[in-house]
Amino acid sequence: MLLQYILKRILVMIPTLLVTSALIFTVINLPEGDYFETLAAEMQAQGEKADLSRIEFLKKEYGFDKPPVERYFWWVTGLLQGDMGYSFEYQRPVREIVGDRLMLTMVVSFVTIIVTWLIAFPIGIYSATHQYSWGDYGLTFLGLIGLAIPHFLLALVFMYAANVWFGTSIGGLVDPQYLNQPMSWAKLWSILEHLWIPVIIIGAGGTAGMIRAVRANLLDELQKQYFVTARAKGLPPGKALRKYPLRMSLNFFVSDIGDILPSIVSGAEIVAIVLSLQTTGPLLIRALQSQDMYLAGSFLMFLSFLTVIGVLISDISLAILDPRIRLQGTATK
Amino acid sequence: MDILRISDLRIGFTIHGLARDVVKGVSLRVPPGKTVALVGESGSGKSVISQAIMGLLPRAGAITGGEILFRDPLKPGTSIDIAGLPSEGREIRALRGGRIGMIFQEPMSSLSPVHTIGNQIEEALQLHRPTPKAQARELIEVMLKRVGFKDPHRAFGFYPFELSGGLRQRAMLAMALICQPALLIADEPTTALDVTIQAQVLDLMRDLQAEMGMAILLITHDLGVVANMADEVVVIYHGEIMESGPVEDIFRRPRHPYLKALLKASPHFDMKEGERLVALREARTRPVVAPRPAAPKNAAPLLSVRNLRKTYTTGSRKFFGKGTLSTVVAVDDVSFDIRRGECLGLVGESGCGKTTVSKIIMRAVTPDEGEIIFDDGQARTDVLGLQGEALRAFRPRVQMIFQDPVSSLSPRMTVMNILREPLVVHGRGEGAEQTARVRALMEDVGLDPRFLNRYPHSFSGGQRQRIGIARALALDPELIICDEPVSALDVSVQAQILNLLKDLQAERGLTFLFISHNLAVVNYMADRIAVMANGRIVEIAPRHALFTRPVHPYTKALLKSVPFADLDRKLNFKLVAPGGASDSTHWAPAFRREENGPELAHLPLGDGHFVLAQAGASVREVA
Repeated sequence: MLLQYILKRILVMIPTLLVTSALIFTVINLPEGDYFETLAAEMQAQGEKADLSRIEFLKKEYGFDKPPVERYFWWVTGLLQGDMGYSFEYQRPVREIVGDRLMLTMVVSFVTIIVTWLIAFPIGIYSATHQYSWGDYGLTFLGLIGLAIPHFLLALVFMYAANVWFGTSIGGLVDPQYLNQPMSWAKLWSILEHLWIPVIIIGAGGTAGMIRAVRANLLDELQKQYFVTARAKGLPPGKALRKYPLRMSLNFFVSDIGDILPSIVSGAEIVAIVLSLQTTGPLLIRALQSQDMYLAGSFLMFLSFLTVIGVLISDISLAILDPRIRLQGTATK
Repeated sequence: MDILRISDLRIGFTIHGLARDVVKGVSLRVPPGKTVALVGESGSGKSVISQAIMGLLPRAGAITGGEILFRDPLKPGTSIDIAGLPSEGREIRALRGGRIGMIFQEPMSSLSPVHTIGNQIEEALQLHRPTPKAQARELIEVMLKRVGFKDPHRAFGFYPFELSGGLRQRAMLAMALICQPALLIADEPTTALDVTIQAQVLDLMRDLQAEMGMAILLITHDLGVVANMADEVVVIYHGEIMESGPVEDIFRRPRHPYLKALLKASPHFDMKEGERLVALREARTRPVVAPRPAAPKNAAPLLSVRNLRKTYTTGSRKFFGKGTLSTVVAVDDVSFDIRRGECLGLVGESGCGKTTVSKIIMRAVTPDEGEIIFDDGQARTDVLGLQGEALRAFRPRVQMIFQDPVSSLSPRMTVMNILREPLVVHGRGEGAEQTARVRALMEDVGLDPRFLNRYPHSFSGGQRQRIGIARALALDPELIICDEPVSALDVSVQAQILNLLKDLQAERGLTFLFISHNLAVVNYMADRIAVMANGRIVEIAPRHALFTRPVHPYTKALLKSVPFADLDRKLNFKLVAPGGASDSTHWAPAFRREENGPELAHLPLGDGHFVLAQAGASVREVA
């Protein structure tokens, strides 16, 4: 039953990704002109004489004289074979440019989600079970501050403070010496050393929101009759809380995994620019500006893939958590 | 020695900094092996007392005085004052579930939807009587069998949503009784169940009580249930005990005016033609103005419904193949007429399709087949054929009164806006004219027009239902569909609403389709009654004929399962069919359709009395 469900969910991913890729391709192609025209214009603006014949040659080489539909199919078939295309700007295969950054993006996002949950759940549970106590008010206040401060501001403050008090520059995610080096223990350590600051900054808003959500969800569940039943059986309060309301309130967060991934990645982009992290954010924004078609497109496709995978994970965990979804085949509210 | 003795119990609630006593010096006792019924309407404090006994008072509430003495028959000579125990302490937790079991009103929400019932029952067992796994499973299966699960081995792994309401309540009972408690507290245990299922669950409770020798504290507002279950009765009103004593004294010689009034306010089957219920307080003081003459008997019916059929598809669609898709026939070949000025009762258990029929008439659901003709004497309208503007113009003529007076009124609109909305939507009159109309409506339902600026939350349940009625009347409809309009209300308020509906019907010449599962209420309201089972009308007859000469086995079972508030007519629990009354395999062969046999037909029995039976069956055979 469960296996069938998973298989079904995976099959549904295929049309989703196809539609997404078509959308991404169309949107990137929407602005007037292409990378080469932008390049020619930029060169002329800088007073250089554009080598028009060379640009014509490049256009032909990359298939830009063909209709967009054909280029789209080339691109998608390439993606399926693991070929992410070629970046015009960097004159290198996209995979080489993006590889390391993708890994770092995933590390930052993943660690942020874990840290967010680790902090938010205990605090949310405390707030819900001690509703309207001083502890609840205090934590709520802290959470609201976290929610209200924009990411980039927090990033600037952290950079300043770290510089003044610790005398270190926290910009970047690894020491420059390890950039584009193969993975090693030293590199891993260097990543961990740098990781905590962006994680705190990116996670701050998310954690605060999550605390409020845990509190609200759990407060709802604590009112439910089955919790009274559990206590009427003689279960100690802590055990009753963990087995019934907490489990039920998990549903909400699990179904949220799919949304968390993209929102953390996009929130991380601006922070990444401020802190000059070598994640993918700055790269993507630059690629979009210069209409570096394959770099931007393949990259967005990768993000979409992550999102779809996130949704898949959340759907499968929901099915495991909640027998109503597993056995009835349809979601209940 | 009494198992439970409560003396001078006081419970206070603090809401928004205001302290208020909700239980004011209550004393009662529960003798061993007996059933004590605690009777009162909502807000009387009866549930709060049960929470106090379990040590489960909400955070805002606290015991401010008195004692709750619990004497465990297993430990003779000792008694525990529950009122003095620390909440969530070890002692109270040992009592809860171990020595005192509890079941609740809503069997769906009282069980965790994500754990199997076996898991939830085992948890209670392991807490109080640690047992090796295999042995525990055996004990639980024995218990499940005892409460009526046919295949206890499979039932262990079921989730609550896979069970019907009656089976869920049985699982709840198994959970409360697995540790053999000395006292069972049942808080409205059958209020959410259909009458036939209610009779079965009550029967089960009595049998288990006889077997295990436990005492039951039964909390209810239904005097019929009390008369059939209780040995002693305690009547509570606004946190104070009005009257208490053996059930014989209470029912045969009620002394307190509140109890007398309550007995008079509940509809019963022996009411004479034209007899009126005595509400504790009538909705409005003014008499019926100029009752309209009844329509001539031979006039064409106002609404005539023919061969309605509606199917729903449920189950999951597999990616390949058909999956578990199955078709459920919600409404199957339903035909009936409603004459102008008449009240047609529609009775049946939950899921029999009665609400779907009302939704089809309202054009909220589209049937697969069938025809509905609305004939106001001047023109015949094909209701199902209406589209666009014609449909919009028709809508005011059929209005609806809903079951739940809380959720059917928007909490963000004042009463003025609620009542005015239909007038605005259909462009009836202008500002001042609409306001005058709204004020008149308020007076019609006996509410003070000065309340128009208030929001629904500041009204009681009965008052809210009157607002709902006023809203249904706003557009001067000809037909009003009442979908269980009093089933969410207390007995005392129920009489008030029923009388109001009757008066309005006489005044305005209204026609009602009155849907209910409560036969006594339908008996009071309806001129003719249609009984639905499994999507079909199995019997339709004038009120009197249906109650005196029921023919169909389902109708008979329904009538037999209604508990009377009368000690001389106790339920015969054993007569109720084991699988539920709507299970057609228990019906006599003349009422069953054989496989590949001819369609069943409505057999005329004279005087507009029809019963669904095999086409060839003779009148003698079915009667």
